[in-house]
Amino acid sequence: MLIINCPWCGDRPEIEFRYGGEAHIARPADPATLSDEEWAEFLYNRTNPKGRHAERWRHIHGCGRFFNAVRDTVSDFFVATYKPGEPRPDLKETQP
Amino acid sequence: MLDISRRPLPPAASPLDALAGAAKAVPAASLRALPASARLAFRGGERAAGLAGIAFGVELPREACRFNTASGKLALWLGPDEWVLLAPGLDPAPLFEGIEASLGSEPHALVDISSRSVGIELSGARAAFVLNQGCPLDLSTAAFPVGMCTRTIFAKSEIVLIRTAPDAFQIDVWRSFAAYVWGLLEEARREFE
Repeated sequence: MLIINCPWCGDRPEIEFRYGGEAHIARPADPATLSDEEWAEFLYNRTNPKGRHAERWRHIHGCGRFFNAVRDTVSDFFVATYKPGEPRPDLKETQP
Repeated sequence: MLDISRRPLPPAASPLDALAGAAKAVPAASLRALPASARLAFRGGERAAGLAGIAFGVELPREACRFNTASGKLALWLGPDEWVLLAPGLDPAPLFEGIEASLGSEPHALVDISSRSVGIELSGARAAFVLNQGCPLDLSTAAFPVGMCTRTIFAKSEIVLIRTAPDAFQIDVWRSFAAYVWGLLEEARREFE
């Protein structure tokens, strides 16, 4: 079973977690001023990379907290997990 | 018209009463349905947690996945701002009032969840092995020491798991899942009969 490191609880089995979509997507401060294209971009368009991907996870059957993780979408390897509000770690430094 | 509002509520029967009565004695993994307990869910910041701990009589743990205990009461850490206060055998109403009064205008959330879940005790030399039939956590004393508690998964049910002794666990499970968890634990410990 895949082990995910919760920033609060430590290493936990993957079935305690839920995926929460791509991380670091800021809601526009003033949505009324956006065009439909810009709003659609915010709502629907994601980077969908092959490789390192920053994404939100929630430890729903544990501490209940959302956190961010960098996961390799090819190997499913979790490169790093970090608390919300913290900057995305520099991936070059965390190369395994 | 029938006035049901004035009828006192019957005491909530445990969904485990019949199952616990028919349980076999298995010393290596002994199962016991725990008596009713007051349970309060508390959420709040650092200051509110301090005040609630004083009012409850057990300091709320700030370390992740740990519980504090004093005079039979337990304060469980479930999240960075979330605790469950357990008081076996006590009436939740005065506890609730006491904590609520001590917090005053300090922002917090306190909810009486006494009827939401029931407690199961699993003890014996093979208790961790039996739990591992449905729970994927590492239950060695190095990874899950006495004094640790956490919300986790047992098979398809969410549980709160508490280690009270090297070979004793307390499980808190939502009452509608209790018979399911009990049945799986019974199944898992059959090999030690």
